[in-house]
Amino acid sequence: MAPTGIVSDVPIEWFLLLGAMLFALGAVGVVVRRNPVTVFMCIELMLNAVNLTFLTFARYQNGWGLKYENAQQAAMNGQMMVIFVMAVAAAEVAVGLGIIMAIFRARREVDVDDLSTLRN
Amino acid sequence: MTTNQIAFLALALLALIGGGGVVFSQRPVRAAMCLVLNFLVLAALYFMLGAQMLGISQIMVYAGAIMVLFLFIVMMLRMDREEPHKVWWTSAPVVGTIFGALVLFIFALGIRPAAEMKPGAVDPKFGTPQAIGMEMMTTYAWPFEVASMLLLVGIVASIILAKRRI
Repeated sequence: MAPTGIVSDVPIEWFLLLGAMLFALGAVGVVVRRNPVTVFMCIELMLNAVNLTFLTFARYQNGWGLKYENAQQAAMNGQMMVIFVMAVAAAEVAVGLGIIMAIFRARREVDVDDLSTLRN
Repeated sequence: MTTNQIAFLALALLALIGGGGVVFSQRPVRAAMCLVLNFLVLAALYFMLGAQMLGISQIMVYAGAIMVLFLFIVMMLRMDREEPHKVWWTSAPVVGTIFGALVLFIFALGIRPAAEMKPGAVDPKFGTPQAIGMEMMTTYAWPFEVASMLLLVGIVASIILAKRRI
């Protein structure tokens, strides 16, 4: 059966390396930045990098020696995981930005280094 | 070097520019715009992988809905530049370089074993809304219900957080 999509001559490492680089960028941003909105954007970056990796593995499964039906199921599993990551990300952004707004209303400034009320 | 590979490298460069803009730009609005660029390029990569449905929902959910929320918050809050740390060993360039190199090294160890994998023969319906809908209503019916509960909880939580007194 003819493969769909146009990836046939792009090696899988390229996709995986791009996902790893985007994830590392997002992780660095989460560690380094102190503006909570930017930290949130970096988390979205990481989630998207993971989504790209899921889809890459969904598309490239020749070499595991899977039977055809199992390979089809594996391809669908990768895509469904991306759908659920998107749903969780949407809920997370709604709640997280609500929390940031509430903190801003209470304290008039937002810097993740100064938010230590919950410590101890 | 084939056309597909050149297209992939161009898209990857754009995605990295967008991601770098999110991390390194000092203004949140600029970071948000770079994130939009990154989302759109990733949608193009999803199309390249044959997942049309997910590419479209990437544009609609991320670049449409989530970025509007981000821009709202960025415009409502007054945010100053971050002042640098006092001591050099907690400064952003030092911590960022070490941590980023570490994360990338760990991932690089995992990439090598996957190198012999090739694009498999997938169903022609791979990535179409029909296939995803079938899967969602059969194999993934229970996670689908859980996700709907999660979204409901998110709606209630964001309404409660928006009240004047929590």
